[in-house]
Amino acid sequence: MKITGAQALIKSLEMEGVEVVFGLPGGCILPAYDPLLDSSIRHILVRHEQGAGHMAEGYAHVSGRPGVALVTSGPAATNMVTPLMDAFMDSIPMVCITGQVPTTAIGTDAFQECDTVGITRSCTKHNELIMSADDVPMAVRQAFHIATTGRPGPTLIDVPKDVLTSMMEWYWPTDEEVVASLPGYRPNIKGHPRMIKEAAKLILESERPVLYAGGGILKARAAEALRELAELTDIYVVTTLMARGAFPDSHPLCLGMPGMHGNATAITAMQKADLLINLGARFDDRITGKISGFAPEAKVIHVDIDPAEQGKVRKPDVPIVGDAKYCIEEIIKAIKDLLATGTVQADTGAWKSRISGWREQFPLSYEASEPGEALKPQFCLEQLRDSAPAGTILVSGVGQHQMWSSQYWHFDEPYTWVNSGGLGTMGFSVPAAIGAKVAHPEKTVWAIDGDGCFQMTAQELVTAAVERIPVKIAILNNSYLGMVRQWQEMFYDERYSEVYLSPDVPNFVMWAESMGCVGIRVDSPEEVQPAIDKANSINDRPVVIDFRVDAREKVFPMVPAGFCNDDVLLPASQEERRSALR
Amino acid sequence: MSDMNHHILSVLVQNRPGVLARVAGLFARRDYNIFSLAVAPAEEDGFSRITIVVDVESTPLEQITKQLFKLIEVVKISELDPRRSVERELLLATVRTGADERAQVVELVNIFEGKILAVGVEAITVSLDGHPDKLDDFESLLAGYGLVELQRTGRVALPKLDRDARLRAVSNKQGKAG
Repeated sequence: MKITGAQALIKSLEMEGVEVVFGLPGGCILPAYDPLLDSSIRHILVRHEQGAGHMAEGYAHVSGRPGVALVTSGPAATNMVTPLMDAFMDSIPMVCITGQVPTTAIGTDAFQECDTVGITRSCTKHNELIMSADDVPMAVRQAFHIATTGRPGPTLIDVPKDVLTSMMEWYWPTDEEVVASLPGYRPNIKGHPRMIKEAAKLILESERPVLYAGGGILKARAAEALRELAELTDIYVVTTLMARGAFPDSHPLCLGMPGMHGNATAITAMQKADLLINLGARFDDRITGKISGFAPEAKVIHVDIDPAEQGKVRKPDVPIVGDAKYCIEEIIKAIKDLLATGTVQADTGAWKSRISGWREQFPLSYEASEPGEALKPQFCLEQLRDSAPAGTILVSGVGQHQMWSSQYWHFDEPYTWVNSGGLGTMGFSVPAAIGAKVAHPEKTVWAIDGDGCFQMTAQELVTAAVERIPVKIAILNNSYLGMVRQWQEMFYDERYSEVYLSPDVPNFVMWAESMGCVGIRVDSPEEVQPAIDKANSINDRPVVIDFRVDAREKVFPMVPAGFCNDDVLLPASQEERRSALR
Repeated sequence: MSDMNHHILSVLVQNRPGVLARVAGLFARRDYNIFSLAVAPAEEDGFSRITIVVDVESTPLEQITKQLFKLIEVVKISELDPRRSVERELLLATVRTGADERAQVVELVNIFEGKILAVGVEAITVSLDGHPDKLDDFESLLAGYGLVELQRTGRVALPKLDRDARLRAVSNKQGKAG
């Protein structure tokens, strides 16, 4: 069957099971948009290509399926760089298809030409320029295979216009052909049996163990296995920013988030542990603080599918390269074998009572506002949380509101938390929330945003309104670039440089209404609950609540950049008892 | 140059557009130093071999190889131990030589078993292939006369055949001859 490269492209996407693509047409990708009219694939027309990328990410975050973005050449491709890098840092499976000038024009500085594969080489797991229509099906299969296997990540296919318009003989490569075409790509799934046995032994010997769960748990769909391991061994779990929801916050063994803005117990438990069982995390600098002072007495078991993560930051005593689900299940088996043959788990009683002491003395806390005082952002989050239907997906931008979201929400299910962890992309939340809602229309999707973030990508609410994707946005509006303000207050002698955003402009309610959303402004604590109730009752269009919150509020605890985790700054009310964190 | 911090990586890659840019980009992005790099098609169709000499004073070699191996088109990486590998490099040099010095340079080339490629009125162009250390010596001796231009290829290397493999190779040949 002879078809065009464009038809082959769309057919290939259908064959890969793609149900939705996020995109925006333009000159070079035009031929691909014609067969799209006849396709079962839903296309969501964005207002800016960056939005398409973050929507694809949000979609992938909550569904586990690769998000797909389809855009044209030149400026569209450069607009994809941020979402690609974001997906690369957070290991999000995503396939981006860009148009390119005709093969005959490549290298001539043609209209809307750019070196897309060159520009995106270091922000994709792999990318490819297709030079012949015959190569389309294989390139698509490779892109999906690479994006979704091993350590997931973004891939990009750059397709010149004449490749889309020329004819090819349709074929669909087999799995074997795809694997054979990538001789240098063989992700290791099965951890080494000897290392797994060694890990089981160390776990049973440890008196002060901590399970350090990272985003890899979610990528490997290993939440159940993690829970079984934690319950079998009765070991506390910390969940990194990328792993919120991978282990239920309501579980008695859950210590919550460690790191720069983690809670004091999670931070200190890692710090004082004699064994860190790292499952799919990467010893990010936001977790470790000053690396030379991080968890000085801990041995390390490190399970990661990416061999390059082993020893990159912290040398593991037991490196295990493999899929987190497979490896955890094997570790569980090995532990059960040891227990069955008479090995007795070390006594962790003293450690557990130390931890419960910390939990009691150092809960997350903020000072509630007195009547007549400004609204506290944490209070808004608590009210949003307590009114959210079960299964609600929370999406956040980057900054103070992100940290408060992670701190004050209760994540009890995997895939209910979407944020930009590694790259820290302001403007992530609105489009990512739209992508998440497209994947799960039956779930409530709340985006928590800052006023700074919102202004970066808010135009995608037009997309949401027009495409009938009823997401809900809560802006914690303090008229500042809040996190930068916090650093200037704490580390630059309150010299505020270029962080003040106007409290009057824009008018977020009018802006929301103009984009086809419902806009609600909230200034005082008593308005909070009615506004949330109203927002939760609206399901035919997006809603934006503009919460006017206290600009002086800071995120605590905090380990300042470059500090050791032992020197975590606590909320003022807890500083006097910090000696109890020993 | 001291070889103390230098390691030779022999990297087998799929011979595809942009693969060298990927490798070079990775080194630049992660702040690894390339001391020299040579690339050419390998024995099997569709593959190339890149010989990279890396400077790992500051970066553990293991991290470099792991990051390199993540490139989809990198098929195999071997670190070649200089004691167990054969290394070669080619040097081309144009040396300033008046008539009175020409004989000395020619003698030098002969001692090193190099070649004279071109002779001009005031300069000659010579070539030498051999172990990079030998090229270093040759280069510094030529420098005394004045180097007009110099180009070295960077080293290429393969693992030495072990004793068994060498003998097998010989017996195969004999077999064929018989």
